[in-house]
Amino acid sequence: MHALLFSVIDNIRALGWGGAFALLRNGLVLGSLYALIALGYTMVYGILKLLNFAHGDVYMVGAFLGFGVLTQLGGPTALAIGIVPAIALMFAAGMAGSGVLGVAIERFAYRPLRNAPRIAPLITAIGVSFFLENSVQLLTNGYQYTYDPFDLGKKGNAEFGPLYHTVFSVAGNGVSVVQIFVVATALFLMVALVLLVSRTTFGKALRATAFDREAASMMGIDTDRVIAMTFFIASVLAGAAGVMFGLYLGVTYYFMGFLAGLKAFTAAVIGGIGSIPGAMVGGLLIGLVESFSIGYVGGQWADIVIFGILILFMLFRPTGLLGSRAIQKV
Amino acid sequence: MSDDPHTPLPEPSDAADETRIGVDSWVAEAEGRQARKRGFFGPAARGWDASPDPVKLFLFIAFAATLPFWLSEGDLFVYGLFTLLYATLGLGLNVVVGFAGLLDLGYVAYFGIGAYGYALVSSPHYGIHWPSLASLPAVAVFTGLIGLGLGLTSRRLIGDYFAIVTLFFLQAFLVFTNTANPVIHGTGLTGGSSGIGNVDPLKFFGYALTTTKQQYYFFLIVLSLATAGLYFANRSRTGRAWRALREDPLAAEVMSIPVNRLKRLAILMGAALAGLCGAIFAAIQLAVTSSNFTLNVLIVMFAVVILGGMGSIAGPILGAIVINVSLQFLQPQNDHPDIKRWLFYGAIALFIALMKPWYRAVVVLVGTIAFGFAVHAIVSATTAASWTAGNAADAGSASMGKHIAGWVIIPVGHGNFDTIAYIVLVAAVCVVRSVSGWWRALALIPTLYMTAVVWESVLAPSPAVTAEILFGVLLIVIMTVRPQGLIGTARVEIV
Repeated sequence: MHALLFSVIDNIRALGWGGAFALLRNGLVLGSLYALIALGYTMVYGILKLLNFAHGDVYMVGAFLGFGVLTQLGGPTALAIGIVPAIALMFAAGMAGSGVLGVAIERFAYRPLRNAPRIAPLITAIGVSFFLENSVQLLTNGYQYTYDPFDLGKKGNAEFGPLYHTVFSVAGNGVSVVQIFVVATALFLMVALVLLVSRTTFGKALRATAFDREAASMMGIDTDRVIAMTFFIASVLAGAAGVMFGLYLGVTYYFMGFLAGLKAFTAAVIGGIGSIPGAMVGGLLIGLVESFSIGYVGGQWADIVIFGILILFMLFRPTGLLGSRAIQKV
Repeated sequence: MSDDPHTPLPEPSDAADETRIGVDSWVAEAEGRQARKRGFFGPAARGWDASPDPVKLFLFIAFAATLPFWLSEGDLFVYGLFTLLYATLGLGLNVVVGFAGLLDLGYVAYFGIGAYGYALVSSPHYGIHWPSLASLPAVAVFTGLIGLGLGLTSRRLIGDYFAIVTLFFLQAFLVFTNTANPVIHGTGLTGGSSGIGNVDPLKFFGYALTTTKQQYYFFLIVLSLATAGLYFANRSRTGRAWRALREDPLAAEVMSIPVNRLKRLAILMGAALAGLCGAIFAAIQLAVTSSNFTLNVLIVMFAVVILGGMGSIAGPILGAIVINVSLQFLQPQNDHPDIKRWLFYGAIALFIALMKPWYRAVVVLVGTIAFGFAVHAIVSATTAASWTAGNAADAGSASMGKHIAGWVIIPVGHGNFDTIAYIVLVAAVCVVRSVSGWWRALALIPTLYMTAVVWESVLAPSPAVTAEILFGVLLIVIMTVRPQGLIGTARVEIV
């Protein structure tokens, strides 16, 4: 234990301010992806009180769809069209495909169990997650699909593609276009979601359904449609996160959804499950914690550190950072 | 109109247990029970229902005890010993999930902790060699206490939070044993990805259990004791309180049932049983690696408990038999490759046979067969030979493989066919689910044929992944169609 503590202090000294900035940068990029996935968990939990284990796998399918579009366009180094329309197509395919998948999961796996005991849809969710993960494993033969993200859209003998041009650097650690792009896109989607939920009629219906489904349906709200829409939006966000993960790291594999989903759900719980700003804060927090524990403690301890934080929250603040204490009613 | 003798009868409903007019669900259930006691197997069913539970357990043990006499050593290991392992693990999970209604997704971690705990105190890893009489109880108690510690975090929490905490616990356990592997006294505590080897076999009073037969009988004794113990626990005051807690925690609390204490007790008992299983598992395998305790094992355990029926004691045992035997038949190295195919087509035939009314089943069966031949004829007449050139993967008998290849299209060298066929099949199943009556029967014909196509060209060649996909589907289907599982328990309906 002492040895571990000393090595942490040594790491902090060795990495210095520049290293700390790099960790902060990586944490923010990772955190915005977690936040996007966590939003899906928190929205579905808010409206159905269902822990949607399959959500992480929807994210994985989104990443594969983006990768598939990239492959169909000729691969990263020989794009048939410009890089901007190519990325736009990747997003369109990833988001639309994930959205349809999410709606189908809700319609065929969860809706028949609307009035079943609480544990039944949870077990179904595990089944759906396992089904998706292994179907993709079957269809991709379990390979990791990788491309060099530095090469995407590279022209001539330039060193990097346009995504990896350095925009600015702090203490020798550059911030690239793709990192700014990921954070900015995530922020844009979150703002759009907040506006959708707080300003539109659909948002009002969504909040009413989350507050009391039965009463909402008595007020003439088609709650089944609202729930399907919620799954659609949640899955679209997850699909976008999956495509961005592929753009950023250049790798997709069939079991990437499990761990990302687990951490994103932790983020949603830490932020306060059911709260949309909470999921964003929690996602960024988990991303930062993961990045700093990889840098300072060691990559093999990162998951255990996050688990420790989850346990601490469970013990001392089970409602999360921004969640409200709910009183159980009968 | 009403005296017209040709008034068509109303369409019988698709779902057998759907409420009929004038018949409430209780009467329907009672009719079902009575119907089971008539007919050819009636006397057997009556006798089984009438015999007291200890007799049933005794019959099961007596049958299980004969296995070593007519199974080879290898078959006894994969069919006998593993079924006992799954059954005992399933019983422990059943305490947590079935009795107390808590979704414990870290259950496999307790199994792993038990295995690692036993390996640490009885292997040359640290040079400690405890006698089994001391190590087995110590490991069980230690694992139970870890479960209790995790359960303490669920103090104020509902099931969902507990699920995520335990799932993350499993992940943390895997990372801890596999990559973190902290160095204690000069050696990595868990041996990293290579695990701990040279574990001592179980040894009682100088008598070591080294052959599969000895281990099988020892495990059978453990399973019988666990079953008997849980039988009495289930009928005790605690068992009734667990059931009350499962059905409605809030109402149970109002009835002054100590909800949190009972939850923790269930977690502790489940974890201790899993730890004991882990210790025995380590002693049988003579080695421990973290790859034995992954999420896949967790899904198998849930399939075992849910297929048999949550909350019943015979359920996990029945589930373990069905799941383990079919899992072993799906293994690629199984020396009876035909059985896999018989299981698949048998399951489809059973599915068709269960359709009501009977003439719809006949239409679907005949339609599917004719549809297959028609598609095969059209495809082979109009396209290149490569679309139908494939052979049925590892068909045991040549004639069976030839018949299948003459009915199912198995393309060779069409890269994306697998992916597209699989996605089309999933979409077709969704379509079948959303229509009813004759439309469903009509949609079933191409869907069933598609299932056979996908099975022959995608699923059968990679059986390990197929088994996992089938477990996922099994969980979804059982929860939708028959949440009480094969055996199930009487549940109180809460309005």
